[in-house]
Amino acid sequence: MANIGVLIEIEGGELKGTNFGVLTAAHEQGKNDVYAFLLGEKADPFKDALAAYGAEKIVEVSAAGADLSKNPDLQAKALAAAIDEYSLTGMLGLASAVGRDLFARMAADLNLPLVSDGVAVDLDRKTVRKSHFSGKTFATIQIEAGVLLCAIRPNAIEAKEAPVEAEVVSFSPSVSDPGRVRVVEAKMSASDKMDLTEAPIIITGGRPIGSAENYKVLEECARALGPAAVGASRAAVDAGYAPHSMQVGQTGKTVSPKLYIGCGLSGSVQHFAGMKTSKVIVAINTDKDAPIFEKCDYGIIGDLFEVMPALTKALKES
Amino acid sequence: MQIYVCVKHVPDTAANIKIVGETGYNDSACKFIANPYDEYAIEAAVQLVEKQGGEAVVVTVGPESAVGTLRSAMAMGAARGILVKVDSQFLDSDITAQALKAAIEADGKKADLILTGKGSVDTEGFQTMYRLAGAMGLPVVNEIVKLDVNGGKATVEREIGAGSREVLEANLPCVLGATKGLNEPRYPKFPDIMKAKKKPVDQKAISDLGVDPSGAKTRLLKLEAVPERSGAKMIEGAPREQVVELVRILREEEKVL
Ligand SMILES: Cc1cc2nc3c(=O)[nH]c(=O)nc-3n(C[C@H](O)[C@H](O)[C@H](O)COP(=O)(O)OP(=O)(O)OC[C@H]3O[C@@H](n4cnc5c(N)ncnc54)[C@H](O)[C@@H]3O)c2cc1C
Ligand SMILES: Nc1ncnc2c1ncn2[C@@H]1O[C@H](COP(=O)(O)O)[C@@H](O)[C@H]1O
Repeated sequence: MANIGVLIEIEGGELKGTNFGVLTAAHEQGKNDVYAFLLGEKADPFKDALAAYGAEKIVEVSAAGADLSKNPDLQAKALAAAIDEYSLTGMLGLASAVGRDLFARMAADLNLPLVSDGVAVDLDRKTVRKSHFSGKTFATIQIEAGVLLCAIRPNAIEAKEAPVEAEVVSFSPSVSDPGRVRVVEAKMSASDKMDLTEAPIIITGGRPIGSAENYKVLEECARALGPAAVGASRAAVDAGYAPHSMQVGQTGKTVSPKLYIGCGLSGSVQHFAGMKTSKVIVAINTDKDAPIFEKCDYGIIGDLFEVMPALTKALKES
Repeated sequence: MQIYVCVKHVPDTAANIKIVGETGYNDSACKFIANPYDEYAIEAAVQLVEKQGGEAVVVTVGPESAVGTLRSAMAMGAARGILVKVDSQFLDSDITAQALKAAIEADGKKADLILTGKGSVDTEGFQTMYRLAGAMGLPVVNEIVKLDVNGGKATVEREIGAGSREVLEANLPCVLGATKGLNEPRYPKFPDIMKAKKKPVDQKAISDLGVDPSGAKTRLLKLEAVPERSGAKMIEGAPREQVVELVRILREEEKVL
């Protein structure tokens, strides 16, 4: 039995759905006591959802006499202080833009090893599996320290419910930081689009999409599928059809949804570096010899502008 | 401005990685390049020196052959290179950071800015810049897509989720990790490649810098190929039949809808 911490991410006032898989990883079928940490947030609105996935203690973290919100170093220090306070032997989080950053700050601060973008953890043995060589290999890494720090690839670990009674506590360590890194502004995107790394289903359009407007064909299908996001290949981003925030692949986002539908993608190594760990991959391509058909699960030979509207219709009807 | 750019010598992302034994791979079978993200850092450094004067120096921790990567960075405009020689491609990121720190300090000039890529494409550590900054007592921001250096501080932007960005400030000197979107790395022209061959490269062994590569807190236990899918099950028929069958499979067999 070990005490394992999980950094919970809230976005737009809501729990990110990908937090639950991280709780499942920390819980290890009941082997561990799970502490869920909320940075500068109240626990109440999230208590039941976190308890349903095994969080026994929900800790509201603040900094005594300081504002955590604008200072990532202070956030990392407050979280680092929690490791000591609760005798944690592991701290897990999401390998999101925020999580990757905070975990690396914490690891540097505590001089502890860190695995960023892990896809499986064994907290007992202190080993983590992660991708090496742009998704071509998996490395198993042994952590030789008292505390295991790991930011987990969103959606890589399937969430399993494990209901417990949760207790809410607050922790306000006196940490300080000169504030040499300051958040001066957050430019929030106007759209309510789901971030690709969060999405359980992704539909990606490659170069043949041909224009920014044509992504509508994929967006309509995404709406019919339920929570789903639309992505792009680098060729489509470079052609100006989509912003870089939509790019999947080695120089874009790394995603691991349960369903990935690639429309008009040739199947490049660099694109696959970012989506290879998806559970089911479907490809739609006009060319029967397209390399993508050799590395996906289901293939449809056809024009994406015919197949995708038909798929949207079929989803709506069924 | 005195700028140091940390560049890693890595196998080309298109290279086939042949695993040898439990934790090795056949590196003589791969072409090596400068880590693609580090090219954004080199470009940013060269542009800053072009505008504000100073010197861009590239630093790498790697095998002897990493000189090739230093030359390609110098062809992009860096003035000189420093190679810290090590034997293993899988150096713990803490040790790498100590070696980079020692090499930069031993160079004898005060750094105004240290640039890195957002992560290396071989070990995908995403942390060396934080450890380097921590060891040197400097502020750090990673994954920057915009950079402005003015009046003793850097103003940067980083992407945080679907199209949203965060604007941050950090006092100089600081460590910044670059990613795609920051700039378009230049393709060196032939005369620049020739000029780079004559630029100085300072080589030293990691032990000469007083860094002990055996103190790692991580150990690679196993390296294995990610299982490849064996080829798609093709769904035949007219478009209407194809999509109906696809929905059925995704729902009933794969249970992902
Ligand atoms: C260092 C480096 C990093 C890179 N990083 C990335 C990255 O992060 N992400 C990324 O995606 N790429 C990346 N690339 C680029 C990558 O190598 C490919 O060039 C790119 O992924 C190709 O995009 P695509 O599949 O959309 O286009 P293409 O390769 O042009 O393929 C288009 C496919 O669509 C098919 N097609 C044509 N018309 C239709 C239609 N109407 N309906 C259906 N199918 C149709 C064609 O048969 C073809 O197979 C990187 C490259 C390098 C060198
Ligand atoms: N061996 C190395 N030599 C020089 N720079 C490195 C080395 N390893 C990592 N870096 C720098 O640190 C960044 C992050 O690397 P990593 O933490 O391995 O993902 C890279 O983009 C490089 O800029």
